[in-house]
Amino acid sequence: MSGLAKKIQQEAGQIASDISRRKKPSLLVPVRSLQNVRYDPAKGYFALGKRRKARTLTVATVKTFAQTLKMIAASKGLLDTREIATKREMYYISKNWGDARFLEQDESDTIMDDIEALFLVNREQLGFVPEEKGGDVAGRLIIKDRDPATGKTLRIDCTKFGSGAYSIPISVEDLEFETRAKFILAIETAGMFQRLVKHRFWDTHNCILVSMGGVPTRACRRFIRRLGEACRIPVYAFVDGDPYGYSNIYRTLKVGSGNAAHINEFFCVPKAAFLGVTPQDIEDYDLPTHPLKEVDIKRAKDALKNDPFIKSHPPWQKAFQKILEMGVRAEQQAFAAHGLNHVLEVYLPEKLKRPDKFLP
Amino acid sequence: MPVMKEKKAPTTLSSQVEPGGQESCGQERSGPLPSGAGAGQSGQTAPAGHEGRAAPAARPAVTAQELALKQREISVSEFFTKNRHLLGFDNPSRALLATVKEAVDNSLDACQEAHVLPEILVEVRQIDENRFRVIVEDNGPGIVRQQIPKIFGKLLYGSKFHRLKQSRGQQGIGISAAGMYGQLTTGKPVAITSCSRPGRPAHAYEIQLDTERNQPIVLKEAEVDWKGGRCGTRVEIELEGRYQKGRHSVDAYLQQTALANPHVEITYVPPKGEPVRFERQVESLPPDPKEIRPHPYGVELGALQGMLKSARGQRLSTFLCTAFSRVSRRTAEEICTRAGLKPEAKAHLLTLEEVERLFKAIGATRILAPPTNCLSPIGEEVILRSLQGQIRADFYSARTRAPVVYRGNPFLVEVGLAYGGELPAEEPITLYRFANRVPLLFQQSACAITEAVLRIDWKAYGLTQPKGSLPLGPAAVLVHVASVWVPFTSESKEAIADYEEIVREIRLALQECGRQMGRFVQRRRREAEAERKRSYIEKYIPHIGEALQEILALPPQRRASIEENLKHMLERSRS
Repeated sequence: MSGLAKKIQQEAGQIASDISRRKKPSLLVPVRSLQNVRYDPAKGYFALGKRRKARTLTVATVKTFAQTLKMIAASKGLLDTREIATKREMYYISKNWGDARFLEQDESDTIMDDIEALFLVNREQLGFVPEEKGGDVAGRLIIKDRDPATGKTLRIDCTKFGSGAYSIPISVEDLEFETRAKFILAIETAGMFQRLVKHRFWDTHNCILVSMGGVPTRACRRFIRRLGEACRIPVYAFVDGDPYGYSNIYRTLKVGSGNAAHINEFFCVPKAAFLGVTPQDIEDYDLPTHPLKEVDIKRAKDALKNDPFIKSHPPWQKAFQKILEMGVRAEQQAFAAHGLNHVLEVYLPEKLKRPDKFLP
Repeated sequence: MPVMKEKKAPTTLSSQVEPGGQESCGQERSGPLPSGAGAGQSGQTAPAGHEGRAAPAARPAVTAQELALKQREISVSEFFTKNRHLLGFDNPSRALLATVKEAVDNSLDACQEAHVLPEILVEVRQIDENRFRVIVEDNGPGIVRQQIPKIFGKLLYGSKFHRLKQSRGQQGIGISAAGMYGQLTTGKPVAITSCSRPGRPAHAYEIQLDTERNQPIVLKEAEVDWKGGRCGTRVEIELEGRYQKGRHSVDAYLQQTALANPHVEITYVPPKGEPVRFERQVESLPPDPKEIRPHPYGVELGALQGMLKSARGQRLSTFLCTAFSRVSRRTAEEICTRAGLKPEAKAHLLTLEEVERLFKAIGATRILAPPTNCLSPIGEEVILRSLQGQIRADFYSARTRAPVVYRGNPFLVEVGLAYGGELPAEEPITLYRFANRVPLLFQQSACAITEAVLRIDWKAYGLTQPKGSLPLGPAAVLVHVASVWVPFTSESKEAIADYEEIVREIRLALQECGRQMGRFVQRRRREAEAERKRSYIEKYIPHIGEALQEILALPPQRRASIEENLKHMLERSRS
């Protein structure tokens, strides 16, 4: 029996004995929010704070309590049989629970996050795997994986997908890498990634391209982290020049999410650096802009006030203040205004000459 | 005793018909008719002796002598032929209801006086599209043969007008007016069969009304068999009418009559459908209301003057003691002293100025409140039984207030309330209004009872209440006002006038019942909440047991004891 399965049994045993002694059982769940996150620049990721919330069984909580226990039981079942279930599948499993079933996947996802935090593990360890796509990879990289049927080692050359790309799997723990690339370029949008793939950007800049497709998934973050550490190469992020790109996409890539701080240690890339688009770039490259939306302004102000990462990096505070002063945002693809390939012929080469100027 | 003797000045209506055809009452209007009827138009009709004064020059002058030729007495029957709306005969559906109502009210009053538990049969038979035959039969004392024509063929003939005693009918207009309406619209006479001696044959009459002379015309008289060896009366009136269901229907009237008179058994045969039977809920007759003399505080100046005039030969103090209740010799002397009159003065010789002084002195003298044993409440217990018999609800409450006085007239208020059960939850409450046990079906919004209901904050008692309208919720409210003289807003007796004393008593009674209902509603909400909590807990506890069993591989009895413990813990907890 795995260590986790034992932990599950201990927790359940405690609850059962509490009930037998007519004591109301409680689950001690860490508070999952930005308010309960510590950022230690030396460690480089969001770590869970000490605040715990006792989920005591009462009339009001009896339903969620029952659902939590049912999901823990389901997780143990998965572990015992070495099975996996996606979040969506877990949601459907609950349909057998009668009155305790979930009506929306949101409900089951929330409880799954609680259980992760309760046992301080990531959900993959509980047997739950994400639905989402991990991201795409292309460039000077050979990935060593195993054939699921034969177990034979496969060597995957990421330059040989033509106009396509390698797709990051849900679990990346067993992958091995071979590369001589100089850096990893993590790109926000699939459109920009396509352009760089089409022009084989790695031929001129000896790099690995990763498409994050918005906020990077856990698998994508874990992949970039493992790749960067295994091959000891830097990670540069290239995202839209707006508060969402800075505080949601880049911040999550670098230090993890506030919501899942208990697992950030493994699911972040503390060594990542921010290539662009910076507020300064918008001016320097005379990019077409859109005015900041209400929600952008709110997000920027909130980041300045509450985000422990931004608060401990003065360059980022300046960047946020600047974009608020400018009142505009610019997308990655705005470089097309100066010619479709301006971005790979002018902007990226110029920026890549001075990595020391990248934002932390 | 007939109320009106023709050609006797003080009680006769004289009228004159103008060239324009407009008619009006003359100067001598007095007597028991509604004072507003036809009066007050004398500006247009110059009474005799004033002729010429305002005659326009363009028209030929009419002499008093010429006018006098047209001046003649109108009989009350004629008057009501033209003013039948005053009695509730203004349209066919109301006429049908009014006919049933007058006959049933008479039967109930008769049974009450004879101390008989009433059994009443009401049949509404459809003869034609617009023609109905109303048959009402009772087990009352019957009517002696000679009186039958007068009672049914003469307006303003009755026994109840001259006394102060709680009863349904008062003026003696109702049943003969119904007969007259039938005669007017169908030409058919009223048929009466009455047996006043058990075991003897009954007398059957067919009577028409001579509307001009206010005299009965007997068309047919016979002796017939009367079943069952007991007394009773059967009245049949054919009339033009319309039968309808709903709030203003014969059905509603009978149902409510049964509600306020649970000692009555009513069998109702409607024009269509099955006969309906309202069972007797209590086996005892209501106590007999006592007849009382008027209280001095209730008398008006004109009435006082009239009473003095007819007290021929009496000394003033004797008059005060005998004509009124609660006036002792000492009180009478006190009144006289205050009025500056001699107690031994002849009552009928007082001048108008002296009468006025006397009137004021009465108002300024402390006089004991009138006796209240003249009232016959339904009683809390009986109201409860009656509500329970007719309305399926979860909660009942009733309150009979102590008698109170308005303008020298004693009255009392009773309220019954039913809540929940089969009463509709989303609709306005049903309000049953009664005056002297008679249902009031019309003019709800003009009635003091409605006024009192509206003034209460029903939210405090668990009902919702849109502004300015009846509260909503599964409740039925019964309000009974009993008085020797109920102040109706009109002669058709449909709404009680808005006297502050009456509204206040109704409000207090409603509040007392309302508070009880509020407590019940509260308790029921708490119970429902507890039940909801219990079932909620019981829904999820098995899942906790099952999950723990799965994780820990528990034996079934361990799981069962865990679930039992959980149930115990959660049900006892508050949140």
